[in-house]
Amino acid sequence: MIWPLDIIILTIVIICGIAAISIKDLLGAAIMFGAYSFMMCLLWSVMGAVDVAFTEASVGAGVSTVFFVAAVFRTTRRTRD
Amino acid sequence: MEALGSLIIAKYNYWAVIALLLIGLYAMITKKNLIKKIIGMNIFQTAIILFYVSIGSKKGATIPIITHGHGDASHAVHSVEYINPLPHVLMLTAIVVSVATLGVALALAMKVYSQYGTLEEDEIREKIMESEPV
Amino acid sequence: MRALGLATVFCFGAILFYISFDFPGWGDENSPASRHVSPYYIEHTMDDTSVPNIVTAILADYRGYDTLFETAVIFSAGLACFFLLRIPERQAPPARFYRHLATGITFRIEKGGRLPEDTDEFERIDSVWVPYDVIIGMTCRLVVPFIQLFALYVIAHGHHSPGGGFQGGVIFGAAIILFAISNNLRRTLKRMSEKTSALLGSLGVLIYAGTGILCMVLGAGFLNYSALASLLGVDPVSARSHGILIVEIGVGIAVTAVMVWIYYNLSSAGRQDEGL
Repeated sequence: MIWPLDIIILTIVIICGIAAISIKDLLGAAIMFGAYSFMMCLLWSVMGAVDVAFTEASVGAGVSTVFFVAAVFRTTRRTRD
Repeated sequence: MEALGSLIIAKYNYWAVIALLLIGLYAMITKKNLIKKIIGMNIFQTAIILFYVSIGSKKGATIPIITHGHGDASHAVHSVEYINPLPHVLMLTAIVVSVATLGVALALAMKVYSQYGTLEEDEIREKIMESEPV
Repeated sequence: MRALGLATVFCFGAILFYISFDFPGWGDENSPASRHVSPYYIEHTMDDTSVPNIVTAILADYRGYDTLFETAVIFSAGLACFFLLRIPERQAPPARFYRHLATGITFRIEKGGRLPEDTDEFERIDSVWVPYDVIIGMTCRLVVPFIQLFALYVIAHGHHSPGGGFQGGVIFGAAIILFAISNNLRRTLKRMSEKTSALLGSLGVLIYAGTGILCMVLGAGFLNYSALASLLGVDPVSARSHGILIVEIGVGIAVTAVMVWIYYNLSSAGRQDEGL
């Protein structure tokens, strides 16, 4: 467990999380959510949880982002807050 | 000062998890758009998974795959050398359940949109109030 | 509303911050989480099941009951999406768009009318139409079999490396979703129809529960794989390893089918006519 890498990835995770809920364009929020999932996957593999990181990489940064983009495509892309 | 430094080093991962929990909870409570609420729910779920995984870590230990495999049967395995695998197992279930919940939540949001034409909570409430017989 | 939300969140955060001083420090070997059950799992996995990946052994053997219900949960999520969104064709007949290839004129036929399937002067297009991109379509068609092969490797090699049933199943489903995104949704539906994915989903859960019941029929308890030793002809330790592989295959099939099914229903808003 390399602590400088840990602190950097934790900072990026928190920034991605705040960005994902603040962007007004829903498609951009879905993509930022995919980036957040991928940074979480890196964090867990730094901590040694390789199975969990593998699952999160395929599920969170893969299939979950596709579901969000499909739902945004079928509804509306604008939001006011 | 050193006590404060060692306190921060021992606990900063819990404080990061608390920050992520608060971000997810804030999004679920205050945002009006349904998709933003669903994103907040997922941030909350992955923060809980981070909490459990960080509980299972040990200093100086390696990943929970036994190194010598089927070769030497007489080599004893010490539990100090491997990190705790039990939280990883529980969190695998949690990740799969979170993607199932995400699918159903998005299906519900699409149904709401096809019925009311909007995804904002206050506009939906106005439309429900209008269509109710007084 | 926003001030009330901020106040709630800060109170919650203050309580959690106060609690965090009682937790064990990070990376401590003597924390209570690492002292009771997990040393047994780490030290006895090779002797009991001969599977080096401890996480896979716990997931499919020691805690196999949880994984059975998790597979049932993901199948019921696919079922819930189907019941929420699916609109059968006779209930809302769609409007179809066609394009004449020679002149580029597009026209719309309402209320479910259609042209014959195999005319080569007209092609069927989506309501949001972009020209068919040869590079993307052909590249994705070439790459998809390799992704599926990698997914099968991840399922089969889950005993010795990070991987297992869930990861391989999701990667297989993602390969099919890639094909659906790059080419048409209708072409994907011709290759893997919705009925196939629903049946495969339930087949996966059936394989898992069926293995458990088979162990019970052969004399041991539910999901005790050492009872399969007489059926497979190996010693009980290897029988547990093979039992883990069988249930991982069941889980992989179920997860693949459900991911594809949820994608079909979400991306076409229930009509299964035109996708992303």
